[in-house]
Amino acid sequence: MIDGFIALYIFMLAAFTGYEIIGKVPVILHTPLMSGSNFVHGIVLVGAMVAMGRADTTLEIVIGFIGVFLGAGNAAGGYVVTERMLEMFKSSRESK
Amino acid sequence: MIAWSPEMADKLIQASYFLAAVLFIIGLKQMSSPVTARRGIVWAGIGMLVATLITFSWPDMHNYPLMLVAIGIGGAAAWISGKKVAMTDMPQMIALYNGMGGGAAAAIAAVELLGGEQHEISIITLAVLGALIGSVSFSGSLIAFGKLQGLIRKPLRFKGQQVVNVLILLSAAIAGGMIVTGHTAGIEIVIVFFSLALLLGLTMTLPIGGADMPVVISLYNALTGLAVAFEGFVLQNAAMIIAGTVVGSAGTLLTQLMAKAMNRSLANVLFSDFGDADIAGDGVDIQGSMKPIESTDAGVMMAFADKVIIIPGYGMAVAQAQHKVWELTQLLLERKVQVKFAIHPVAGRMPGHMNVLLAEAGVPYDLIRDLDEINAEFETADVALVIGANDVVNPAAHSDPASPIYGMPILKAEKAKNIIVIKRGQGKGFSGIENLLFFLDHTRMLYGDGQAATAELIQAVKTF
Repeated sequence: MIDGFIALYIFMLAAFTGYEIIGKVPVILHTPLMSGSNFVHGIVLVGAMVAMGRADTTLEIVIGFIGVFLGAGNAAGGYVVTERMLEMFKSSRESK
Repeated sequence: MIAWSPEMADKLIQASYFLAAVLFIIGLKQMSSPVTARRGIVWAGIGMLVATLITFSWPDMHNYPLMLVAIGIGGAAAWISGKKVAMTDMPQMIALYNGMGGGAAAAIAAVELLGGEQHEISIITLAVLGALIGSVSFSGSLIAFGKLQGLIRKPLRFKGQQVVNVLILLSAAIAGGMIVTGHTAGIEIVIVFFSLALLLGLTMTLPIGGADMPVVISLYNALTGLAVAFEGFVLQNAAMIIAGTVVGSAGTLLTQLMAKAMNRSLANVLFSDFGDADIAGDGVDIQGSMKPIESTDAGVMMAFADKVIIIPGYGMAVAQAQHKVWELTQLLLERKVQVKFAIHPVAGRMPGHMNVLLAEAGVPYDLIRDLDEINAEFETADVALVIGANDVVNPAAHSDPASPIYGMPILKAEKAKNIIVIKRGQGKGFSGIENLLFFLDHTRMLYGDGQAATAELIQAVKTF
């Protein structure tokens, strides 16, 4: 179980990690990084799958279905868009 | 198959989630440097894949066929739309996918709240908080998407709007409180709660002008991260907690950096009437008029200049002119003209938007300068070429305290000896503010689509 102070510790350390990661980022990478972090919270898909997998009533299943649909969209779309953006950085570096 | 005990499954799931969390952090870290950025998204992608696949072995789950259908439809739709979308439209796609994440977090909360399972009061509180934040991010992001996509054109404003917003927030909080205390946690109160939360996202975002959307999208990105983290606590899912919190804090910092680049506080972005055409330009005495120039004359000016500074803006993105701009730059460089690109932190619809487009066209990094580096150089520039940029070169930000953009750092294009502005027409920019730069004596307007006008310039330079 993750609860009480363990949860708080995880929360605090993860928050500092996020802060550190972005602290020294050049402006040129702000958009790709925003897109990349948008992809990372696509992990919500996993939670939506668990919620839907445990749903029993029709209403719960319908909401769970919507959740999984949206979560999958977040993950897949976030990946494609970020990858396409970063692809361009690669090509420009190699042409130099 | 070997015998599969629930304990083994649980260990494997936990190990996979741990691996995913590590890969996310490494991935984001690598994305913060141009050298390793491409590897970063691949690592994060592997983490996502591992976490998703292992979740199918979660104990006591059912509804698998429907689940696969939902993943198939949602994933494919987003994958295809993400592949097809033009680079110019990236910002609204980020808004859309982010909104979907917020919606998914809210859906998790709804299932947990409606389900018969008994949770501790702290868990229910987190579920409700995550649901509120996720719902706001969902409906707000959709509005942001609509605004950038051009589906919603006018900011919607009325008197007492902020009072209404506060009232909606309070009502949602009361409904949420009733769910937490559990005395009346029927389905009706859950529906009321979610309706209010979704409504709040709409009413919060509708009054914000299109020019501020990058900051708003970044804020909702951070909020979705937070909502995911909260629902992660509810589901006891460490990968969601860590990934969500990292995004929440990184996104918050990024939002602050963006607001700071516009010299405004976040509260000012959310609650002021910036970007409203009605108040913009009031009380500004515009001296002079806009003076047009032919592309041949503009070409001469640039061909025989010693130093040219190019200032791209959203207009360049819309016209897809970045390749032509680079072609023009190469011509000038061959003629030993010094060329630099000046990028304002909020040029385009997102920070770094212009850098992405110029990188796509093949412009090397060493020609690109940001605001602090380039501003002192305008005085020595013979020509400042403004392509589709507007507010970021508006001297009113320095000279007119009544202007809504007063105090915002700008690129001091007005210091250049000559200014050429490529612009589609005489209209005001995205934010609806009259640009004093266009009326200066040493400014000339080259009317036309960014790509066509740049092509004409290339022809003109070639003839000399």
